[in-house]
Amino acid sequence: MGVIETATNPWGQSVPIHIEFYLMWAAAIGGLAFLMVHAIYVQFLAAKETHTYSMTDQAAAARGIPAKIKRHSGVARIFHWVMSLAMFALLITAFLPKMGYPFAWVEYHWIAGLVLTASIIFHIFHASFWMDFWSIWPDKIDIEDGKRRWLRATGKSAPEPRKFAKYPMENKMYHLIIVLAGLSVTLTGVFMMKRVRTPFFTRNPYLFSDWTWGMMYVLHGLAGVGLIGLIMAHVYFALRPEKFDITKSMIGGSITREHYLEHHDPERWPVEANK
Amino acid sequence: MAIIRDIMPAFELFQPATVGDALGLLDQHGSDAWVLAGGLDSFDWLKDRIKRPKVVIDLSQIAELRGVKEVNGGLEIGAMTTLTEVVRNPIVKEKFSILATGAELAASPQIRNQGTIGGNVSQDARCWYYRGGWKCYRAGGNICFADTPTAVNREHAILHADRCVAVNPSDSAPALIALEAQMVIRNAKGERVVNAEDYFVGPAIDITHMTVLKPGDLLTAIRIPATWAGAQFYFEKVRDRQVWDFPLMNVASAMVVNGGNIEKIRVVINAAAATPLRLTAVEDAVRGQPRNTATGEMAGKLAIVGAEPLRYNGYKLPLMRNLVKRAISGVEEPKWA
Repeated sequence: MGVIETATNPWGQSVPIHIEFYLMWAAAIGGLAFLMVHAIYVQFLAAKETHTYSMTDQAAAARGIPAKIKRHSGVARIFHWVMSLAMFALLITAFLPKMGYPFAWVEYHWIAGLVLTASIIFHIFHASFWMDFWSIWPDKIDIEDGKRRWLRATGKSAPEPRKFAKYPMENKMYHLIIVLAGLSVTLTGVFMMKRVRTPFFTRNPYLFSDWTWGMMYVLHGLAGVGLIGLIMAHVYFALRPEKFDITKSMIGGSITREHYLEHHDPERWPVEANK
Repeated sequence: MAIIRDIMPAFELFQPATVGDALGLLDQHGSDAWVLAGGLDSFDWLKDRIKRPKVVIDLSQIAELRGVKEVNGGLEIGAMTTLTEVVRNPIVKEKFSILATGAELAASPQIRNQGTIGGNVSQDARCWYYRGGWKCYRAGGNICFADTPTAVNREHAILHADRCVAVNPSDSAPALIALEAQMVIRNAKGERVVNAEDYFVGPAIDITHMTVLKPGDLLTAIRIPATWAGAQFYFEKVRDRQVWDFPLMNVASAMVVNGGNIEKIRVVINAAAATPLRLTAVEDAVRGQPRNTATGEMAGKLAIVGAEPLRYNGYKLPLMRNLVKRAISGVEEPKWA
């Protein structure tokens, strides 16, 4: 039982053709196992969280920090939900037929793929020119604090980590991984559209060598099954009580001042004061 | 072309004597089992060593799968009934002659003596890239060798291609769909009956199968209702060699004509797509129209709307247009000598 399925092409070469499809079950089971372990750890093993605040609510109010703090602009929220719909459509159309629920999936799949690609391109421009581009990427403090958290979680002594900037470290890491997986599926997916009938391209499966095509299918598949686990984890954390304020901010756009003071460092994420 | 190697790979052979035993074996071996009916399709695969099942379940000893019974004015045909038996059956000839014609045009007399109606409707695609053993989409790969800029695809699909462009090669299937036949499928859990037109699966839905049969399933019988008994039928098959060949295309129509106008009709074309296609748009367009050449021409033009020929099968467009025209108007044009 391998990871990649190979075939012999008409020239007698052994070439990769796609991933082994049991990997989708491995990703789903792995994702589920992670959720269960995490839930058990948080419930029974992790040290109980102490609520500390950057400053008192009165002090924050005095400094003009608003009661509702904007976390996501309307455009960013629309992007997120469009992307999530496209992602669910892609996962459903890709994996339901493999799970034994056959339907005509190809057209829906590439249409959802184009929506995802367009939304990613939009996001890259929007984040580059209208958002704080670097706020989502891990910085030196995140790495230092990550080490501190790990040491403390494993019972070793370490200074207390600082509060987060706009995005917690786990948000940033998740974003990094989803960027890699998302770019892998969309870039390979766009080329794979040359292999099916669409209004945009003339079919030409000889555009690349069999080996290159095969690796493209493999990368598409690996990123695809990876996304099963990633999406499961994302939905799980979005529904966890301690993260629910962040989830709500992806709908309403803002977090409360209390949440801000508890989880974020006003020095690292300064917000515009009330005038 | 595949090299016939003649010596089949080793497998365990079972020859059950009852349907119950066959279903038990199919349930036990699941996707490792290969169902052997007449063997005409199976032995190609096995001798070419392209399909290598662990277990072969030969149905030839099951008497209850053979024969034609009259049921409520219609027919129930056992799946293992040979094409010759179907062709020669007096009720088929009298009431459902379109099936007799279609079955008689399949292959050669020797093959019809051995080939079964169940095997004929369940046979695999004849795409020569696929039969050659290349790992194409239909074989679980990621390419259709027949749909490339340099492919040889004279026999392939002009309609409903989805990655794979192979066609269904059955001659009896369009006749059965025209007759509103139903397929009786049994497995260890019970029995289900599907309409003949729903029995076939295109590549958009399942690219590695031609029918709805899943591991463990067995087509046991084909039921033909009395609905179209004695109607006006038309069946025509076009092939490269008149003596023995798969269809380049075939057409079947069943119609009831009243006062010169078409009252009821079903038209089915095969070898144009991966499944036999019932032409419902054509049926709707000609219902109530006079059965004449003008209606046939209109139907023929309508039938090919949306067709997309490949590099070498553009001829299938006029072929399909003319076959549908003749299936409606009933005027058979002079055949080639």
